[in-house]
Amino acid sequence: MLEADNLECVRGERRLFSGLGFKLDAGELLYLQGRNGAGKTSLLRMLIGLLPPETGEIRWHGKPIRRQADDYHAALCYLGHLNAIKEELTPLENLLAAARLAGEALSVDDAIDALEQVGLAGREDLACKYLSQGQKRRVALARLVIDRRPLWILDEPFVALDVAAVDWLAGIISGHLQRGGMAVMTTHQLVAIPAGTVRELRIG
Amino acid sequence: MNDRFNLYRFAAPATFYPLAGKMIPWFVAAGILFGLAGLYIGMLVAPTDFQQGEGYRIIFVHVPTSWMSMFIYLVMAFWAAIGLAFNTRLSGMMARALAPTGALMAFLSLWTGALWGKPMWGTWWVWDARLTSELILLFLYIGYMALVAAIDDPRRGDKAGGILLLVGVVNIPIIYFSVKWWNTLHQGSSVNLTKSSMAEIMLWGMLLMALAFWMYSIAIALARVRTIMLERERHTDWVRQELAGDSQ
Amino acid sequence: MPNIVFSVIARDLKLAMRRQADIVSALFFFVIVVSLFPLGIGPEVDLLRQLAPGILWVAALLATMLSLPRLFADDYRDGTLEQLALAPHPLGLVVTGKVIAHWLVSGLPLALITPVLGIQFDLSTDALLVLTGAILIGTPALSGIGAIGAALTLGLRGGGILLSLLVLPLYIPVLIFGAGAVDATVSGLGGEGHLSLLAAMTIAAIGFAPWASAAALKIALE
Repeated sequence: MLEADNLECVRGERRLFSGLGFKLDAGELLYLQGRNGAGKTSLLRMLIGLLPPETGEIRWHGKPIRRQADDYHAALCYLGHLNAIKEELTPLENLLAAARLAGEALSVDDAIDALEQVGLAGREDLACKYLSQGQKRRVALARLVIDRRPLWILDEPFVALDVAAVDWLAGIISGHLQRGGMAVMTTHQLVAIPAGTVRELRIG
Repeated sequence: MNDRFNLYRFAAPATFYPLAGKMIPWFVAAGILFGLAGLYIGMLVAPTDFQQGEGYRIIFVHVPTSWMSMFIYLVMAFWAAIGLAFNTRLSGMMARALAPTGALMAFLSLWTGALWGKPMWGTWWVWDARLTSELILLFLYIGYMALVAAIDDPRRGDKAGGILLLVGVVNIPIIYFSVKWWNTLHQGSSVNLTKSSMAEIMLWGMLLMALAFWMYSIAIALARVRTIMLERERHTDWVRQELAGDSQ
Repeated sequence: MPNIVFSVIARDLKLAMRRQADIVSALFFFVIVVSLFPLGIGPEVDLLRQLAPGILWVAALLATMLSLPRLFADDYRDGTLEQLALAPHPLGLVVTGKVIAHWLVSGLPLALITPVLGIQFDLSTDALLVLTGAILIGTPALSGIGAIGAALTLGLRGGGILLSLLVLPLYIPVLIFGAGAVDATVSGLGGEGHLSLLAAMTIAAIGFAPWASAAALKIALE
């Protein structure tokens, strides 16, 4: 349902990859692998529609994503290198604001539940600038707990997480796949995802 | 690198580069001819103005440069629109190649305007609507050049510059009319740069000079776009062959 | 669909309220620049009265410039701009919200303090009213046009200076009609025509500028 066909990426003067394609169905996970600078992040930015590919096409349910940007974005959850949280807002406000901007209904109770799950119970009302780096990452990850959109695109989600948190996140991703979701992610450390079909794609 | 890849991406520059190289001498020659003819008429044939004496002859440079400065901005905006609509690589390069010439024309227009103004009105600068608009046009050129120079990635620079050019071209009429209104509000009847009653021979001189500046602008823009192409595509096969050919 | 506009306005206002120092410093910048002019020109009341509209408008342009670089830069740096670009709405609507929020925290305070500064320049009540109205009507256009510059210079070295270079020439019509409204009132011609034109510029800027900014933002996010 998410298909990529003959993608080519040129950054500056370098051609990072070409002729790249894949197909991803419900319940499947795509691991992107490759050395630093191979173009993993560039591919993710193509998949979320921010970077137009030099050649080739990305289709969602058979239709090119650039012809249905709003519908596609409504089905897409992206977690990038950056946490996309506002330092001045509390974790709770951040979650609620993110959901509102993404056009999703989220109740305060659900948001507090999600923050509890990522281990931020009791810190819902503390401005994010007072949190540690790891805790800020958890605020960003809390979005995944409540997200029910079918396609997750995750850039290095396991970076800077301790062992327990890695297991927890692997569980969250499995749950998403079991519900029939799809996920594309880059990672340096191979983490076993207990459920779903795992495909691998090596770039460069 | 496979051939299909090269053909697909670089077809336009690789074919345009030699074509531009062949066209440049013709435009240069035409520019010199028109320029000599225009100067001959302007300096020797056209009669001395009974009010302004010999000093008025600067209009043979001033008026054509003003025309060119406005026209080149429109051409750049045209290329910008093409580039943003069809994502063509040549468009951004053309806009970039034209910008310094356009800025030069705007500057020359202001400079000759000042040189003309001193003997005519006894002052280097008047806040005349046309002069002020020309000055703002120069600012717009400088802004464009500063923006594309500040962006490291050339394609991103082309696109951002293109948006700025389109925003500018929408604003130019608004700026011009507001400046004109401001001018009439504050100065009453102001000095006019162009005389209404113009001898036919003077018009001819100006037209010839305008053609000369046209030819010059095209030739210099083509030469500049060739340099931009070589620089941007220095890693491609056709540039390597081109440069190897030059050194033989 | 315009819900997204209100959501963005609400979010940006909340953020601005948590960083009130920024609003206050831009406002004080405005006050200080305006107060410098009498010191440079001299205290003759007649001259100052004549110069006041121009001075206040130029200071308003500069104060707006001061807050523009941060319009998108903070969101760009922490990754929220990406998320905004991925929202299931046209990015132009998101930018419309941001422009309106920017005006509420930058242009509106300038308009509110203008009467006080106008009194320092001995403006008549009529002139004071028209000047305040002009700044109130004209500053949204400044936020709109400025958003284009802010989006084009996003993430560039020396972006702030470049931004002024790009945007200030485009502000000239607003400056001319904004200051002209007061002159026209004082000279008895009536400033309504100027104010209507200012309003037209503001409507055009709020209508079109966000879409040009959105195109520029997409380029910056590539």
